[in-house]
Amino acid sequence: MSALLQVKGIGKKFGGFVALGGIDLDVRQGERLGLIGPNGSGKSTLVNCICGALQNETGTVHFDGQQMDGLAAHERTHRGLSRSFQLPRPFHSMTLADNLRVPMYYTVHKRSGTPLHADNIDARCHELLRLVGLEAKARQRPRDLTQVEMRKLELARAMAAEPKLLIADEAMAGLSHSEVEEILALLIRLNESGITIIMIEHIMSAVMKFSQRLVVLVTGKKIADGKPETVVRDPEVVRAYIGE
Amino acid sequence: MRNHVFALVALIVAALVFITLRLVGNEYYFVAGYTIVQYIILATAWNILGGYTGYVNFGSAAFFAAGAYSSVALITFANNIDDLLPGGIAPFFHSIFPLPIPVLIVVAGLVSGLIGYGMGYLTLRLRGAFFAIATLALAVVLQTLVVNWEFVGGSSGAYVIRPESVPLIGNYVQYLFVLMLVLGVIALTIARMIERSKLGAGFAAIRDDELAAEASGVPTLQLKLIATALSGALMGMAGAPFPYFIGFLQPQSAFGLEYAVNSIAMPMIGGTMNWVGPLIGAVLLGTLQQVANVTISSSVNLLLVGLLLIGFVIVAPNGIVGLVQDRLRARKKPGSKP
Repeated sequence: MSALLQVKGIGKKFGGFVALGGIDLDVRQGERLGLIGPNGSGKSTLVNCICGALQNETGTVHFDGQQMDGLAAHERTHRGLSRSFQLPRPFHSMTLADNLRVPMYYTVHKRSGTPLHADNIDARCHELLRLVGLEAKARQRPRDLTQVEMRKLELARAMAAEPKLLIADEAMAGLSHSEVEEILALLIRLNESGITIIMIEHIMSAVMKFSQRLVVLVTGKKIADGKPETVVRDPEVVRAYIGE
Repeated sequence: MRNHVFALVALIVAALVFITLRLVGNEYYFVAGYTIVQYIILATAWNILGGYTGYVNFGSAAFFAAGAYSSVALITFANNIDDLLPGGIAPFFHSIFPLPIPVLIVVAGLVSGLIGYGMGYLTLRLRGAFFAIATLALAVVLQTLVVNWEFVGGSSGAYVIRPESVPLIGNYVQYLFVLMLVLGVIALTIARMIERSKLGAGFAAIRDDELAAEASGVPTLQLKLIATALSGALMGMAGAPFPYFIGFLQPQSAFGLEYAVNSIAMPMIGGTMNWVGPLIGAVLLGTLQQVANVTISSSVNLLLVGLLLIGFVIVAPNGIVGLVQDRLRARKKPGSKP
């Protein structure tokens, strides 16, 4: 499998605080990668730098053979890099179906070069909402959704951009056990449909079930990268999570 | 309803309004009508940036005045061609100038649209109150420039002599009213078109959550620039015939506080989520102000706006349209009382 995403020496500071201190990361096509680390370890900063919400000060990001540095977030989305947010950020004034139409208009439209027919957009919206179990609520607004439904909407909207790589940033935070299982099953289904997924998560049972490879960040540095069973037994990882 | 059908229906309604006022035969109604339609355009234009994308513009008066003063500059130029240009090329310009008002409106739209684009480029990285303050600053800067620009009359103002009548329509104020009605139809059609388009979806995404919009592939900066330019252009177009309407234009009247306040208050009262809100707000508030003008005093206008705004913020924060939509939605919900 070839590397879809290549991150080399990525660094980011906030004032004097080093959020990322030269991270290297390769993600292969079709892979399910788990990214973990304690709070403040730099996971979300890394995602923001990869997706273009933040500009990295050092290092480079290559995606699908193209250099991403200097590109705005929307341009990276156009190239197939999509993300969901740690705290759901739906478009509140729109129906669920309209929430999905936005990425379709601006990303799929753009990528295909030919205008998508309204019927195709509608069909795709309903297909995605069916996939996440929200089809019955297509005409409702996000304020009518439960927490888990909001997370599903977030994933569906990221999927509406037809990404090659999806970054799910703590998509299971605050959910019950059964809801975590639901989201996990959904992410695995998406991966089986050919989408490469990076999952950032604190719920270790979900991470272990999901990940084919696990990367651990601590204080802006990568301290482990490998098979999940090996990584969780790594003394440095154990020390980072449990302490000396 | 398709956009061209909507534009046709709106034109028919505008024609009916004009015919009705002609039949009534009171000249004051054309003056009042002109002002109300002018506010419909200003409120609709403000709403394209403020309502659709959520960027509150306190500098509406600057765009309106830029349109008005671009007309004054062209009129002054037409009146002084022989003094300003060498004899060789003066006859050529005499053959073009003075420009008819529809051309002045297009020029004003271009000037104000460019100012809007420039303002957007400089300020759109600011958000919320910071953006609003920057737009207010633009109005102050532009007013200072105009006050010190003698060519357009400077602080003492400029007289614009309007013709007594025009062919077909007759009375010049009625002609200006017709122009305003046409502009109003154009502004409403543009706003409605945006609302139902890919552009409108992008604007709404920016208003709801800019970071999420960008992550969904929306080129937020580009869209905001389109919104500022379009909003500015429409405001400038509303200002272009103003020197002819008022006869004497001075900075205090062109940059008047009422333009900035009304163009925000009217969409807020009517509702900012769609094109109907600014129309309702402008008709309601504009008519009330005109009634207050003739029954109490013009100085109560801003007081009226303030009181209504406070009332609506408490009772209907989403404006009249939002209030109606909420009621309808509540009725549709299962378990709600009929």
